Amino acid sequence: MTQNESNQTHVSFRDVETRFKGLFAWVFSTDHKRIGLLYLYSIVTFFLTGVALGIAMKLELMAPGRDVMDPETYNAIFTLHGVIMIFLVVVPGLPAIFGNFFLPIMIGAKDVAFPKLNLMSWWLYVLGALVALSSLFMADGPPDTGWTFYAPYSFKTNTNVLPAVIGAFILGFSSILTGINFIVTIHRLRAPGMGWFKMPLFPWTLYGTGWIQILATPIVGITLLMIVGERLFSIGFFDPALGGDPILYQHLFWIYSHPAVYIMILPAMGAISEIIPTFANKTIFGYKAIVISTLAIAFVGYFVWGHHMFTSGMSGTALYTFSLLTFLVAIPSAIKVFNWVSTLHKASIQLEAPFFWAVSFVFVFMIGGLSGLALGALATNVHLHDTAFVVAHFHYIVFGGVGFAFLGAIHYWFPKMWGRMYNKKRAITGWVLFFIGFNTLYLPMFFLGISGMPRRYYDYVERFHGPNIVSTIGSWVLLIGLVVIIYNLVRSAKKGEPAVKNPWGGKTLEWTVDSPPTLENFEDIPEVTKGPYDYR
Amino acid sequence: MENHTDAHIVPYKMYLYILGGLIMLTLISVAVTEIEFGEFSVLVALVLASIKATLVLIYFMHLKFDNKILQIMVPAIFILVALVIIIVFLDYNYR
Repeated sequence: MTQNESNQTHVSFRDVETRFKGLFAWVFSTDHKRIGLLYLYSIVTFFLTGVALGIAMKLELMAPGRDVMDPETYNAIFTLHGVIMIFLVVVPGLPAIFGNFFLPIMIGAKDVAFPKLNLMSWWLYVLGALVALSSLFMADGPPDTGWTFYAPYSFKTNTNVLPAVIGAFILGFSSILTGINFIVTIHRLRAPGMGWFKMPLFPWTLYGTGWIQILATPIVGITLLMIVGERLFSIGFFDPALGGDPILYQHLFWIYSHPAVYIMILPAMGAISEIIPTFANKTIFGYKAIVISTLAIAFVGYFVWGHHMFTSGMSGTALYTFSLLTFLVAIPSAIKVFNWVSTLHKASIQLEAPFFWAVSFVFVFMIGGLSGLALGALATNVHLHDTAFVVAHFHYIVFGGVGFAFLGAIHYWFPKMWGRMYNKKRAITGWVLFFIGFNTLYLPMFFLGISGMPRRYYDYVERFHGPNIVSTIGSWVLLIGLVVIIYNLVRSAKKGEPAVKNPWGGKTLEWTVDSPPTLENFEDIPEVTKGPYDYR
Repeated sequence: MENHTDAHIVPYKMYLYILGGLIMLTLISVAVTEIEFGEFSVLVALVLASIKATLVLIYFMHLKFDNKILQIMVPAIFILVALVIIIVFLDYNYR
């Protein structure tokens, strides 16, 4: 190999010359890393929009009565917040960004199995997002149904439900295509020697997620089309006046949307399972138990959807079946928590920002998980159903769980993605502010829910005032933390110290390639002989 | 991960047998509509259709000669779908 050729192979994927120039070199790129970053930039944009809507809601709830908006606006805002955060941010979040960027590298491949399909997934994502958000700019205004689009209201309201529903339908295709791509990549493109049980845990969770994406997403797709049918042609699937059953809608919706929670949380757990052994400098405790619990969560997660419907009027048999199954799914989740904590036992820990995110993930995830059991029990559910308690639980899992894991993952893989280091002190300051803000924001909502404050109400009685003030102040602290984090990362992406190949001492394959990686990641496909966490 | 270079060749006779079987089952599924099964009529139609689908999967789609992992995964997915439907009917049948 000549000197010139050798230099050519060490060109960062960002600087590679392609057929297109400028922005087109990105939006038409089939490189999995560029697609991962395209997803990152789009998802972060939508995330910030969702945050702004959330802050606006908390502002309205700071005092009883009308503060900054009318009830109709509040209804539209919580719907948009939900639709944006669920369909545009959390479901694609970790798999589309970090899965795209790191899955091929972590299994020793040069790209995903179907790079063009991968690019198409991103285009479909953007199209779906535009269609869903177009409802904002049409007459009649954005939908006010909540992100769940419950029948019969969703086909009775005059707001723009159709674009939101069709947008979500298109987004479903993007999700399915990503799932297919990842499953095929994992089956076919693992490096020689990388048996199933030598694969790192993040790809394992992407594998479980992929199956949920393929098997559950079509159900919500067809359900959303049924809503379209109801609105346009009054077919009568869900309309009691036409002999339909509104509870059937809830079944169909949650058959997807509960497993969707596992689409969100499994890759988050995978990212945490990568961060913890690296910063503990120790082999992960119970690798196989984590793998099996990942698959168990993916599998059992299919059968627990009914716990969203305990007060909807299902049969008693269905009620206790779903309650029992819900308790079962807590077991594999707890196994993971025990494994992460056991990994830290007698470890030599590096106290870096990703590690703080990971341990705080375990903390908030446990609060979220245990409060989920309170909701999974039939008797307490009747009391807590549709109260602020559910909102608190849900945000502890989805924002606390997925959000913390996302921020942990971006701090962990930042040096690899941008080839630069961030300011560590500022990163930890951001984490402290965010952690305090997060708990101040959502802990009071548990108390509010237990005392009976309903969710999705724009007003409340005087006795709920105190905790609501605390919660709103929490949202400001969280926002300040977020600003610090984003400022630090954006600034460091341009001006940070250049990063070495392996700044944290990780053992998985992504730490053996250049920072940032070259176009094809590896000059030669590596031969894998050891397990993924070969520390001590 | 082995590649499928050794494609399995199924004798034409076998395909003809399966085709005959599928035609027979189609005729049966038409014929049984003459019998009054009451609330089980949908179930009978579904069982017959499932047998046909299984034959297609096993022989026409070569599942019988494919990787062991696919032989496990394909039925597993059908079991999953069946379980979801059964659980939905735990609500409807006991309301």
